[in-house]
Amino acid sequence: MAELYEELGLTSEEYDSICEILGREPNKVELGMYSLMWSEHCSYKSSKLVLKMLPTTMPHVILGPGENAGIVDIGGGYAVAFKMESHNHPSAVEPYQGAATGIGGIVRDIFTMGARPILCVDPLRFGDPSNPRTRYLVKGVVAGIAGYGNCLGIPTVAGDLYFHPCYEENPLVNVMCLGIMRTSDIIKGVATGVGNAVILIGNRTGRDGIGGASVLASQEFDERSAEKRPSVQVGDPFTEKLLIEACLELLKGGLLVGLQDLGAAGISCACSETASRGHVGMEVHVDRVPLREEMEPFEIMISESQERMLAVAEPEKVDQVLEVCHRWGLNAVVIGQVIEGNRLVGYWYGEKVFDVPVDSLAHGPTYRREARKPAYLDEVQSFDPSTIKHPSDCNQLLLQMISSPNLCSRRYIYEQYDHMIQLNTVIYPGSDAAVIRIKGTSKGLAVTCDGNGRYVYLDPYLGTQIAVAEAARNIIASGGVPLAITDCLNFGNPEKPEIFWQFTESVRGLADAARALEMPVVSGNVSFYNETYGEAIHPTPVVGMVGLIGTISNRRSIAFPQDDLLVVLLGQTFSELGGSEYLFYIHGITAGNPPSIDMDVAKRIHATCIEGIRRGLILSAHDCSEGGLGVALLECCMAGMIGAEIEVETDLEPQEWLFSESQSRFVVTVQKSKLELIDELAKRRRIPYSVLGKTGGNRLRINDWVDLDVGEAFQVWDQALEKILS
Amino acid sequence: MEENSEQVRYAVYITPKRGVLDPQGQAALQALKALGYGEVDDVRIGKYIILSLKGDGAKEERVREMCEKLLANPIIEDYEVSME
Repeated sequence: MAELYEELGLTSEEYDSICEILGREPNKVELGMYSLMWSEHCSYKSSKLVLKMLPTTMPHVILGPGENAGIVDIGGGYAVAFKMESHNHPSAVEPYQGAATGIGGIVRDIFTMGARPILCVDPLRFGDPSNPRTRYLVKGVVAGIAGYGNCLGIPTVAGDLYFHPCYEENPLVNVMCLGIMRTSDIIKGVATGVGNAVILIGNRTGRDGIGGASVLASQEFDERSAEKRPSVQVGDPFTEKLLIEACLELLKGGLLVGLQDLGAAGISCACSETASRGHVGMEVHVDRVPLREEMEPFEIMISESQERMLAVAEPEKVDQVLEVCHRWGLNAVVIGQVIEGNRLVGYWYGEKVFDVPVDSLAHGPTYRREARKPAYLDEVQSFDPSTIKHPSDCNQLLLQMISSPNLCSRRYIYEQYDHMIQLNTVIYPGSDAAVIRIKGTSKGLAVTCDGNGRYVYLDPYLGTQIAVAEAARNIIASGGVPLAITDCLNFGNPEKPEIFWQFTESVRGLADAARALEMPVVSGNVSFYNETYGEAIHPTPVVGMVGLIGTISNRRSIAFPQDDLLVVLLGQTFSELGGSEYLFYIHGITAGNPPSIDMDVAKRIHATCIEGIRRGLILSAHDCSEGGLGVALLECCMAGMIGAEIEVETDLEPQEWLFSESQSRFVVTVQKSKLELIDELAKRRRIPYSVLGKTGGNRLRINDWVDLDVGEAFQVWDQALEKILS
Repeated sequence: MEENSEQVRYAVYITPKRGVLDPQGQAALQALKALGYGEVDDVRIGKYIILSLKGDGAKEERVREMCEKLLANPIIEDYEVSME
């Protein structure tokens, strides 16, 4: 055993500690279970102390982190459950199946809580698109998301996409799922009641993803990763669909005590977590697990075969549970029972094969990692954007900017997803946030995800605050009021002090911004070891946000809705080109300080926009962020095929005015007759605003800097991604 | 395609790797059982590809390369190549 632990990713200290817990050396099954449950992926051993900084409780939070998903009250007896997760490493190895099984996993996390999944959101990060491998990965990942999501009948309504060489070998494939439920239908992943049956539902178990959690997710990629390939899981969306329906029927019938999905570390994880939450022990008869092929007990316990659930039910309800599952065409077998005490005990044809304390498996070790400010920061932050020489033709520059891989239309991606299924999507992908109506009510939900890794690389604390603020602006511009956050924190190797410093600063930024904007973080995921050949990705926290639209008719799109409206900028533009897309794409520079953000000002501007929309004064709204005001204005034009005449006086260089990424700005339209009310609103909240011009015609003119035909610009913007990727 | 002496044909069989879940095969298995074919124990569904190559002489190396790069997904599929 002693020589095996290293190969399984455990340190010698961890091995010693397992021996101490057990009072003996672990056998092979136990070692396999511990190695997975104590991996970074399952145990959060490096991150859990840092994550305590996050605000997680507020009056509308029904369930915060710690369960399969967070749950937030949206009034009227309804609640939403949502969470974001990563499937980065599996997607790097097999993009289609990696992305597909990522969807499967997060969807199970949602219906496990008793919620019906109604939408998915997919934030993606890839390397340089001119590299053929990047194009292969993009196509595989997008096809995997589409293939699995479309088969399930869950619309993929939003996402975001960035390209940067740092993601070359280690793409980020994050996915968020949201489900809706009656507040009375909530169920937890908990095992209680001694004597209650433990039932395994769904696909038969095979060798899928054996060692996946520790070997794939918790070690850096190197030349040997090709050898690890056979452990890739294959997804089966049709079985997942049956699981959704069967589980929701079981819950509705009140047949279950607890429900838990099987993900990383498979049965080991599901059994130990449910038992630990219920403060009970559990007995598992490993030989009863339905198999696809002959397997050893340790393989069965850690297999990550997809589309499986673990249910706990009272003995007298077991027959009904099995009947429902069989009716849906699913395997369902009683594999064990809840027992007294605190141990997880396993048998193989009557012979005891493991016997470990539940909590030691479910909670794992905790590390306080060393953090040290990286040396690169002073250098990149000392860069002064005012020293660069701007190309003079702003017209040409703006066209170039909208064809940048990071700013051009995402149509090529989202048209592969079914974003309409279930028929609730009322604002489609391509606007600031997607909007979904809630059937049977007049309410809607706005969802978005944001996270500019370049900002976070240049300043982890500030960059992460910006991610939260930008997500909030996207929700607000769509007519919503931000409710709560989920996150996926993608970082390099936490054992390196510089990486851990980035992580700590980033979480601090997330916590401070969430507190400032009065939003809880209700769920999330940490993905470490995103490195290739020892080189870390940009630290990339992705913020997923959900907002509530009280009256669905108050939703807003980014599109200029008609001619002769005033175009108004809420907020102010500063000379802030540091970390901008303009610097990156036009000048090939990733340096400078990201734009500053004053959370107090942000809050007041947000409140102004919310009130302006609610009172019907603001007719369209667009968050102004990456690409700056020039790109934002053109996006508003292209979305509605209506031009605008913009006349501004400014001390800034034209290129600064057009491409600075100053925070807390909205481009909105208002009727001329309503300007007075906007003025009164802005004065009351002490926010800066300016009238930029008016809508109309089919050209966007900005001073004598820009004069573009909207239709022609649209062609460039709309087709850029397809050209880049083909 | 027209047969001529300057052509060589290869058959490529692609199947899911042993142990890898085959959702299509599982669906067929369930359906066959539902139709009363209880004797069916397992179904694995793959692809059979016929390649016609210009010129004569063995080109198995080239065909294997095509399998690795495009025709098969070597991460989850096995393939066999034979000259017809």
